[in-house]
Amino acid sequence: MSLEINHDRCMHCGACVGSCPENSLFLREFVLEVDESCVECGTCVKTCPINALKLRGV
Amino acid sequence: MDPDEGDILECDLLVVGGGPIGSTAARFAAKNYSGKIMVIEKRQEIGSPVRCAEGISTGWLDELEIEKTEHFMSKKVLGAKLYSPGGHELKIGKELAGDEVGAVMERDIFDKEMAVLAGREGVDYMLKTSAINVIEEEGRVKGVKARKMGDEFTIEADLVIGADGFESQIGRWADIYDSLAPKDIMTCFQYRMTDIDFDPDHTHFFLGSAAPGGYLWIFPKGEKTANVGMGVQLSQLDGSMSVRDYLDRFIEENEWLNQGQAIDMVAGGVSVSPPPEKVVKDGLMLVGDAARVVDPITGGGIANGMKQAKIAGEVAARALNENDTSEEFLQKYEERWREKLEDKLWRNYMAKEKAVQLDDEQFDQVIDALSDQKIEEMSTEAILLAVGEKYPGLIESFQDMM
Repeated sequence: MSLEINHDRCMHCGACVGSCPENSLFLREFVLEVDESCVECGTCVKTCPINALKLRGV
Repeated sequence: MDPDEGDILECDLLVVGGGPIGSTAARFAAKNYSGKIMVIEKRQEIGSPVRCAEGISTGWLDELEIEKTEHFMSKKVLGAKLYSPGGHELKIGKELAGDEVGAVMERDIFDKEMAVLAGREGVDYMLKTSAINVIEEEGRVKGVKARKMGDEFTIEADLVIGADGFESQIGRWADIYDSLAPKDIMTCFQYRMTDIDFDPDHTHFFLGSAAPGGYLWIFPKGEKTANVGMGVQLSQLDGSMSVRDYLDRFIEENEWLNQGQAIDMVAGGVSVSPPPEKVVKDGLMLVGDAARVVDPITGGGIANGMKQAKIAGEVAARALNENDTSEEFLQKYEERWREKLEDKLWRNYMAKEKAVQLDDEQFDQVIDALSDQKIEEMSTEAILLAVGEKYPGLIESFQDMM
């Protein structure tokens, strides 16, 4: 999986979860998880209000 | 008392999400139905951390049967002030906005109070409990898979209400609607700032390219303290900057704000989409942000969601009393909430689609024209007429809205 989640930056707001076109993200209470359905489209990276997400190699 | 791995729990009505919308739907169901109603909430504490700018209109409170409101109202305001990039100012007082101008609330207290009111009607709460999937049989929702304290179990229900907010996973797991388009998503960041220098008797909205496709808000929490936040349309976001970067830049350049201190940070997403074609299926209803009834112009979700939640709860009770939770029966919910909210949602969605195309000069002209002329009411038509009087060219592309 090439989506990198920076847990030190994440404010667990769920903005990425609601924006994900594949519904691949899940906020496990306050720990963000991504599953294998992720297509690396980058929508969550752009949505994240605090730059906690990035695609590896981008 | 926590469920064990593999357990099967049963209830008549299961509400996913213990925010004010979920609690209110559960409360109005419980008022009219005596069976087992349960709310599951992912977090360990209802109402915290807050994901909200807390500015609300107050006209809807009466119909929601909430007796005491003082303890969750932080600050009443006299009206709103809108600012264009070039510095034109439009003041909207009570006489124009009616019950749309209101107050700034304490969401954490409000959310807990809504749970208290539901609890008083006999609703059960289970905290620290996540829904992790929807259980369906032949297209009919039968309950959810849930997790609490590391154990996964099943909650079976005759009817499920999805009140899971912007995350809206229940509706998507159940294939009720598609994901949102980037132009219908606002990404938001907010500081609670103190020691700032501003007029605390109004809410303040700054329009234009400082907040592309959105706006910056200052919602007073006290004399020197306010929620200072920004929403930006996802499709207009410059890839190299987050919304927080835009907000920081605005604060840095603003004399009211740049000496202040941040004492709280809030992030979040908001949908500004048209209302979905449907928000029910056999055994399932969606409500609030999860039903995408956020006002597309203001980004406010509480008022619409609360009104919709009352209807959802009442119809849910009737469905359970009559032992019919089919999509067909739940059309009663669709009909009632659409009757109340849908026209305005569509109108404001179309207005948003136009407004996000305005450049800074056009925002200057709009605010200039409106502050110049006495408009009688805050309707789209009245606004367009007033703007057209002074800048006829500007409203040509808006003609179809009249």
